[in-house]
Amino acid sequence: MEAGHGPESQAAVGGSLGASLCASGASWPCAGHLVVGCTLRRLVPGRCGRAKACLAGSGGELRTVEPLEYYRRFLKENCRPDGRELGEFRTTTVNIGSITTADGSALVKFGNTTVICGVKAELATPTEDSANKGYIVPNVELPSLCSPRFRSGPPGEEAQAASQFIADVIENSQIIEKEDLCIANGKLVWVLYCDIICMDYDGNLLDASAFALLAALKNVQLPSVTINEETGLSEVNFKQKNPLMIRKHPVATSFAIFDDTLLIVDPNAEEEDLATGTVTVVTDEEDRLCSVHKPGGSPLTGAKLQDCISRAITRQREVKKLIDKVINSIKPK
Amino acid sequence: MRERAAAPLPSRRDQWEAAVLREAKMAAGSGCCLRPFSCELGLLSRPDGSAAFLQGDTSVLAALYGPAEAKGNRELPERVALEVLLRPKVGLPGVGERSREQLLRRTLEAVLLGRLHPRCGLSLSLQVLRDGGSLLSCCLNAACMGLLDAGLPLASLFCGVACALLPDGSLVLDPSSQQEKEARAVLTFAIDSAEKKVLMASTKGSCSMEEMQQCIAAAQSAADTIFQFYRDSIRRRYSKS
Repeated sequence: MEAGHGPESQAAVGGSLGASLCASGASWPCAGHLVVGCTLRRLVPGRCGRAKACLAGSGGELRTVEPLEYYRRFLKENCRPDGRELGEFRTTTVNIGSITTADGSALVKFGNTTVICGVKAELATPTEDSANKGYIVPNVELPSLCSPRFRSGPPGEEAQAASQFIADVIENSQIIEKEDLCIANGKLVWVLYCDIICMDYDGNLLDASAFALLAALKNVQLPSVTINEETGLSEVNFKQKNPLMIRKHPVATSFAIFDDTLLIVDPNAEEEDLATGTVTVVTDEEDRLCSVHKPGGSPLTGAKLQDCISRAITRQREVKKLIDKVINSIKPK
Repeated sequence: MRERAAAPLPSRRDQWEAAVLREAKMAAGSGCCLRPFSCELGLLSRPDGSAAFLQGDTSVLAALYGPAEAKGNRELPERVALEVLLRPKVGLPGVGERSREQLLRRTLEAVLLGRLHPRCGLSLSLQVLRDGGSLLSCCLNAACMGLLDAGLPLASLFCGVACALLPDGSLVLDPSSQQEKEARAVLTFAIDSAEKKVLMASTKGSCSMEEMQQCIAAAQSAADTIFQFYRDSIRRRYSKS
């Protein structure tokens, strides 16, 4: 079942392509700032003065031969080789509604990490025991084009673990009430297939996927469906579309643990390989923890986890502001 | 084929389960609200280490092979290549099992001294025998006991503890399936024995920050009981032979 093509959707495309906004992450703990405009790459390496000082000297050879030592030099000065502070995110860009054949879509970039999410809505019959609940089916794909570490073929462990993580985020945060997806109790419900595809893997896949999912779900427009009394068949009205009711806005924040003690936010691929552990915290706007995902790695005390959660709460506010700004900027049809 | 293999298993499982429960003198149940737990070490003859861990109604069997030659391109030049396989009681492993395998593998890699066995492979297979709640914590405990039985050098021990937050605000450790269904959040932690820090965390449902800190504190105090039980089990095993 395709979303309608026509003059309305064309206008939506034009409006939304211009609605990409960038936000550069905040240095911990001051407030972030939003930059309205359509530039894709704002990150300037060596912006941090101390990073420039560390780069002087035998930077090049050390990076290939002893990457961990190279990183430690920067971490001692509380900064990173790409010029960011330890608590700073990469430039976040979001572009909504670019896929016209999907019912909702979003493209998210965290620096080089690019993730696209497309949501397709289909009709289905519900199960007996939950007759008034629809379904949301997420799927994360890591095709071989995004990184040389992924081979083509059946989904590997990382893709499956990411799919399970996104399914847990949807379930735990109650982002959409499944009852809202019900059309006719016991007969017809909506199924939302959310396909999250990574196009460029530069670390921090979970944050980008969760963000893309949230943005795409906010963009979904479902056609209205009525059941004809006489024939019992469903009639879909493409001219009349309603947005989804998004109840919560869960946002994921990932940290990498270095040398069992240091926590850095938004790791890129190189940092993830050198890290001794990772933590991902998902919070919503009521400061409730929807998920704390720490798959092994260096042990952390409760206090360190508390620091991560505080940072995640700040990040949730920034991301929510960004999404609201983008959604409001799309020209109404 | 699966039916033929399944037929002898229940009776054998019932036999050793009954034997274990008869002779196990477990320490739990009295002070720290965990369900009665017990374990049997070295029950399988082929693997290098095997353990069965029973927590209330949940039981998981762990079998460890290695360190042996790593398969194909899994070989890592400086440390051991660990593989974890989790098989559910019914059906084929799905996305949920793969996610749990990743959690277990990365927890084990944090405690295992992998650099002592470069270019070797280690394979841990876990079979869920019965799921009566707190499955992930039971898998963690079975995995740790399997490592101990195989005699692999570890940086520290670890144990799995699950906490459920019930709708009335109370905290229950080691919840049963019924309690898990009623709970608004279930948090599973892996606590290490050296400094009682959190090695692994996995949550279901949402909770507030304070509730999570309470759960971590409760898990850390329950971990003492489990570590004492590990020591008693190993002592009992080696004092018999």
